Amino acid sequence: MEEKVVEYPAVWIAGASCSGCSVSLLNSVSPAVQNLLVDPIIPGKHVSLRFHATIMAGSGEAVIQVLRETSDKLPEKFILMVEGSVPTGEDGLFCTLGEIDGKEVTMKDMVKELASKAMAAIAVGSCSSFGGIPSGAPNPTGAKSLKQFLEEEGINIPLINVPGCPPHPDWIMGTVATVLLSGIPDQSQLDEKLRLKSFYGTLIHDNCPRRGFFDAGIFAEKPGDEGCLYQLGCKGPYTYADCPIRHWNNGVNWCIGAGAQCIGCVEPDFHDMYAPMFEKIKENDYEKFKIRIKSE
Amino acid sequence: MKKISIDPITRIEGHMKIEAFLDGNIVKDARCSGTLYRGFETILRYRDPRDAQRITQRVCGVCPAVHCTASTLNLDSAFAVSDKIPDNARIMRNLVLGSNYLQSHILHFYHLTALDYVDITAVAKYNGNDPGLKSVKSFIERGNLAPFVPRYEGDYRFDTETNQVLVKHYLMALEMRKLSHEILAIFGGKMPHNATVVPGGITERPTVDKITGFLWRLNKIRDFINTIYLPDVLAVATTYPDYFKIGQGPNNYLCYGAFDLESDNPDYSTRKRLFPQGVVMGMKELQPLDTDKITESVKHSWYDGEDSVHPSKGVTIPNPRKEDAYSWIRSPRYNGTVCEVGPLARWVVAYFSGDSYVKNAVDKLISDIKIDISSLNSVLGRHAARALDAKYVADKMAEWVLQLDPDGPAFVEYEIPEEGEGMGIVDGPRGALGHWIRIKEKKIDKYQLVVPTTWNGSPMDENGQHGPMEQALIGTEVRDPSNPFELVRIARSYDPCLACSVHSLDVNGNNIGELKVV
Repeated sequence: MEEKVVEYPAVWIAGASCSGCSVSLLNSVSPAVQNLLVDPIIPGKHVSLRFHATIMAGSGEAVIQVLRETSDKLPEKFILMVEGSVPTGEDGLFCTLGEIDGKEVTMKDMVKELASKAMAAIAVGSCSSFGGIPSGAPNPTGAKSLKQFLEEEGINIPLINVPGCPPHPDWIMGTVATVLLSGIPDQSQLDEKLRLKSFYGTLIHDNCPRRGFFDAGIFAEKPGDEGCLYQLGCKGPYTYADCPIRHWNNGVNWCIGAGAQCIGCVEPDFHDMYAPMFEKIKENDYEKFKIRIKSE
Repeated sequence: MKKISIDPITRIEGHMKIEAFLDGNIVKDARCSGTLYRGFETILRYRDPRDAQRITQRVCGVCPAVHCTASTLNLDSAFAVSDKIPDNARIMRNLVLGSNYLQSHILHFYHLTALDYVDITAVAKYNGNDPGLKSVKSFIERGNLAPFVPRYEGDYRFDTETNQVLVKHYLMALEMRKLSHEILAIFGGKMPHNATVVPGGITERPTVDKITGFLWRLNKIRDFINTIYLPDVLAVATTYPDYFKIGQGPNNYLCYGAFDLESDNPDYSTRKRLFPQGVVMGMKELQPLDTDKITESVKHSWYDGEDSVHPSKGVTIPNPRKEDAYSWIRSPRYNGTVCEVGPLARWVVAYFSGDSYVKNAVDKLISDIKIDISSLNSVLGRHAARALDAKYVADKMAEWVLQLDPDGPAFVEYEIPEEGEGMGIVDGPRGALGHWIRIKEKKIDKYQLVVPTTWNGSPMDENGQHGPMEQALIGTEVRDPSNPFELVRIARSYDPCLACSVHSLDVNGNNIGELKVV
């Protein structure tokens, strides 16, 4: 006899997004996305992904009804996963998710409806966690992070941020597994930006294989050169993520490993404060970013 | 007239709605709408031009590599190095773009399209030992079928065993699209949103281990394309043959060309590419591409502004409450004509250019399945062209990777000009993509994109001409209006990518608070 499987309902909705977070999730190796969809990824516990517009079979009003039913029938029992930021300008008309009774449902209203009933929310990606690319100056659509939007709407539910542009699939899957294994993470497991310390706890610069070059004062002057990429604009010295150890796409490579500077895509300051991406940060900004490096 | 409104269209990239107006069971009128607007061009203004290469990839997480390619070509031309890119960089850029073609086409056929034709519930009757199918069977037995229901019911035509085999291929394809991103990351650093392609070249170096590691992973994907993907497309074609008659587009085709085969011709409209540039009107003779003939209209889009202007001249004022407007997508036209873009367009253009490989492959296909070439203008024609595209690109990548020189340069230095203009055009998996830039005081003064789904998903223009997808929907017989399979199968045959298609073009001001842009 197979043991009884408990269903953990979840819905994944996308606002001002590029679908890159969803595509990154498809790149998960172990467990793979098919395991997430059909298998209990922790024995006895299966995530029932009731809504994900890029994967699901159905179309049209019937699938929007799935969202409504989830919030009506499973209050405080489901996890809300949000990809992309929430456009709030023009009363939310910059992003609509579908129709009910011939009337458009905006991302803004749907997040409000679902979040007020959800057990907890996971902000997947930097747009949802911090506003990201759509909120870049001059923020033409009034795009907001999930946290900011919920605070302004007075909705108070546990929230975990999984930033990255996109986030590494292990960070998404690992956050879901954390919830299945031990429930909603408590404050001690999260940093002040609501990220799991297990993935975002170390500075890229501290674990960078080019760190030796930095300490020895050997700097790349143009792409392809040997040496530390700091002078080419690398944001590794003030970006917290485990990329140098985890690597990307089944471990074959990662940005700095491929000679490309880190652009700090997991940080709240991506992409405005960290621009220009190909320029070294100015020394008088060190304090602003709490950079703990010696001047070279 | 009865109206069928499908909002959202799922299993595509992004936010899309279609409305079909039926007389009896026949679609008499149709509307496609893009329902998300982010305003990338507005965000790009005043930034360092080099950042456009990183930011425009974030337009779309399914096809970032083609935005990276178009923006890099655009910057190469604005920085006056488009004829100086080292061969190593040209080849690695082709491998990055090609890997994205493979992941995009495999993802599209299996994970975005297949559930319209394949009945996953057939796996409930599976009695074999395949671990993946056994997992799906226990999932079905637990009785909670989300996200595979709700769905349209009725027109699943494969027998039980074939359905089971195709579900197994759906699972295998998940691994193959993932492997396609893995090979992309070998030269691209990571994916989605690669890190290495930059104006002037590429930051990665082509070491021998990378070359061989790339080749042998690629060989697994090629094997999958040859033995699984192509036969499965034929299986759908023989089981649903009526779809060679359903979904006829405008029958005009536009292609910007893709995969540079030379480095020293700065003119992207004539540079030698694996897929040639050109326009074919009505499935006959090739015309050379003239980018001056591209215009855009906003008649039925949520923007104020003039109609029929070249992308570099247009002014856009977002207006989500505009009367008679129904989409965030604009209406690009070529010489005033509605054109389809994408794999079918690429193959039709290559066919009429006389490319011998493409001609042989198409002639063999239409003779094997006993159709004439005009039947390719259909739902199945688009799927077939996409599969042939994957095979051709994958086979070429296996040749190109061996042309890399581990000791050769991959980057050339440049200066950002005080003032300048650039253009980058290339065909991505979904078709013709153009980026345009104007630089002032070393910063972006203007940045514009006209992307594939803007062409295919465009609304009606000021002359009353419907966009390609709308034309493909009009005239269709919907056998069961409560399960309108035909409409979603037509829409998905275009592989729409909505995040890409919605932009504000040429925003010349920033008084965003009042949404008034002068």
